[in-house]
Amino acid sequence: MRRLLGFVIGLVVALLLTLFAGENPWHIFLILTKSAFGSMYDLGLTLSYTTPLIFCGLSVAIAFHAGLFNIGAEGQLTMAVVTAAAVGVLFPEVPFPLAPLVGFSAALLVGAFWGWIAGWLRAYRGSHEVIITIMLNFIAAGLASWFTLKVIPNPHSQNPETALVSANYMFKDYDLIARLFPDTPANASLGFAIVFALLMWIFLWKTTWGFELRAVGSNPEAAHRAGISEKKMQMLAMALAGALAGCVALSEVLGSAGQYRMGFSPDYGFIGIAVALLANNNPLGIIAAAFLMGALHKGASDLDLETSTITRDFSRIIQALIILGVAAQGYWEWMKKKKRRKN
Amino acid sequence: MVKSILTALLIVSFHISSYANPLKVGLVLDKGGKDDKSFNSAAYQGASKAEKDLKIDLKYVEATDTNAIENLHRSFARKNFDLIIGIGFAQKDAVKKVAAQFPQVKFAIVDGEVTAPNVRSLLFEEHEGSFLVGALAAMNSKSNSVGFVGGMDIPLIRRFAMGYAAGAKYVNPKINVSENYVGVTGEAWNNPAKAKELALAQYSKGADVIFVAAGASNTGVFDAAEEKKKFAIGVDSNQNWIKPGVILTSMMKAVDVAVYDTIKEAQAGKFTGGIVHFGLKNEGVNYTVDKYNEKLITPDMKKKVEEIKKKIIAGQIQVPDYYKKK
Repeated sequence: MRRLLGFVIGLVVALLLTLFAGENPWHIFLILTKSAFGSMYDLGLTLSYTTPLIFCGLSVAIAFHAGLFNIGAEGQLTMAVVTAAAVGVLFPEVPFPLAPLVGFSAALLVGAFWGWIAGWLRAYRGSHEVIITIMLNFIAAGLASWFTLKVIPNPHSQNPETALVSANYMFKDYDLIARLFPDTPANASLGFAIVFALLMWIFLWKTTWGFELRAVGSNPEAAHRAGISEKKMQMLAMALAGALAGCVALSEVLGSAGQYRMGFSPDYGFIGIAVALLANNNPLGIIAAAFLMGALHKGASDLDLETSTITRDFSRIIQALIILGVAAQGYWEWMKKKKRRKN
Repeated sequence: MVKSILTALLIVSFHISSYANPLKVGLVLDKGGKDDKSFNSAAYQGASKAEKDLKIDLKYVEATDTNAIENLHRSFARKNFDLIIGIGFAQKDAVKKVAAQFPQVKFAIVDGEVTAPNVRSLLFEEHEGSFLVGALAAMNSKSNSVGFVGGMDIPLIRRFAMGYAAGAKYVNPKINVSENYVGVTGEAWNNPAKAKELALAQYSKGADVIFVAAGASNTGVFDAAEEKKKFAIGVDSNQNWIKPGVILTSMMKAVDVAVYDTIKEAQAGKFTGGIVHFGLKNEGVNYTVDKYNEKLITPDMKKKVEEIKKKIIAGQIQVPDYYKKK
């Protein structure tokens, strides 16, 4: 809540910038809101962007709590989404209630493994997780395109995408959220995302492991002296981060598209960093922050159609200014505290 | 308060100005974007010419991520656009799905085949045009070796390559044709650096003319040709002007004409669904000669290639088609 001020300042500054393009900022704001929430269809699209952003925000946040910076959410989610599609294409006979579960578990495992690699290298080899996760993003993209195009390509299309998973893997008919928002990719995984955020909050603040993880993050030396294994916690945090990013398979493959399409993600993994920052790594705050970012992403998509000078890329400017606003506010509060301490 | 009054005024004035009800046309461009100087540029030029000549209301968007394509078509349809044009094979599924849900809206798609009463598919006979530039490349080649650099490795681009190689071999059966692709994903249309590397490799292996069909990546090949003082052949738009003296000719796909005509017919109320083919016969594909390359194409070359063109149109030369090869 405290961060709302920084958010508003960032948004206002960004909107004022549109004056330079000869637009009315208030008009732009109206377009953004109308396009994000104007109808059930618009809201559905906003929510369909919100869901993967919650997962990625949680992924980045849990690593932050252990003192690690996970830039690899994009690669982790790519691996998981391809895995879910692969399981769905290669094992079409698995019966319904079991099938989505199998697909989802496989995606979680692979996502977790992809995160764990960076955690293990950090814990035992001392390699910096930022560099490792960035490089793993490229490896994931390469592996995914090889697997998609050489092993399970879609025979009916020239697009770079996998074949469709068997219908057993989709939860279409049982999906109440999808029924609310016809014609949009919004689906039940939004519910899963919220539940996972709650679970993560419980894990971090109500369990021993969660405490140990946060202890390693806030003061590794003290944690070490208290007998907490730093290595174990770093690997755990990165594996959990990978699994959370891997949940995107739920919303993308099992919930909506039923396949992996290369280039489906508008950089969810990287916007996830902004989401986590905005929410100060609080799992419940991430739900709200992801919703705001999702709304911004959807809202900006109509700028192309409604104005002649401003395009959808404007959402990136707003995003950047919002993050600057939030960071500036955090800095200002920190300065105030420091001053008070001096007195 | 003042702001909201201003907004109200603005909205009212906007409504008055659009009261004349011009035809509303939405254009969904592919990943290369309207400034790729090639495929998407051609489509954009056709549409903006229509905007000027026919006083239509044109809006265009570029698809940034794969999942956005369907949403873009749907938002145009929901905002009551009259005609929505999708540029590129990647939009086929999206057009098919959205067109079925909005039967009163007219759709057109370039390079994709969708059969629906409200969809017009604009298909080009790329292999025929490629055959001609292949013949020109072989006539111009002194090293007995020519090259092809494709964008994304898909059947559509292999169709260019096959026609090109056949054209080169028609002129000189012993010629060596090398063939490379920039990539396997949509990024391939937008990677001039990689295209340049491939071109440099082909030039150093002896090729002296390279035909490039890679959207915004084309410029990389043109750079390589200029550096090595060899030749390149452009694609989709007439690209001769980009590097005069280096670009031998361009295999033009009249995407601009196709788009313009579709808009014009929609405005006149004569829009029909179905498939429209653009080949050598109706100048839908062609090689280009203008002031930038007239010195490169000798009268002798021109005479020969015109002869080949006539033979293809008359059916005396069968150009192999990658789509029909199974």
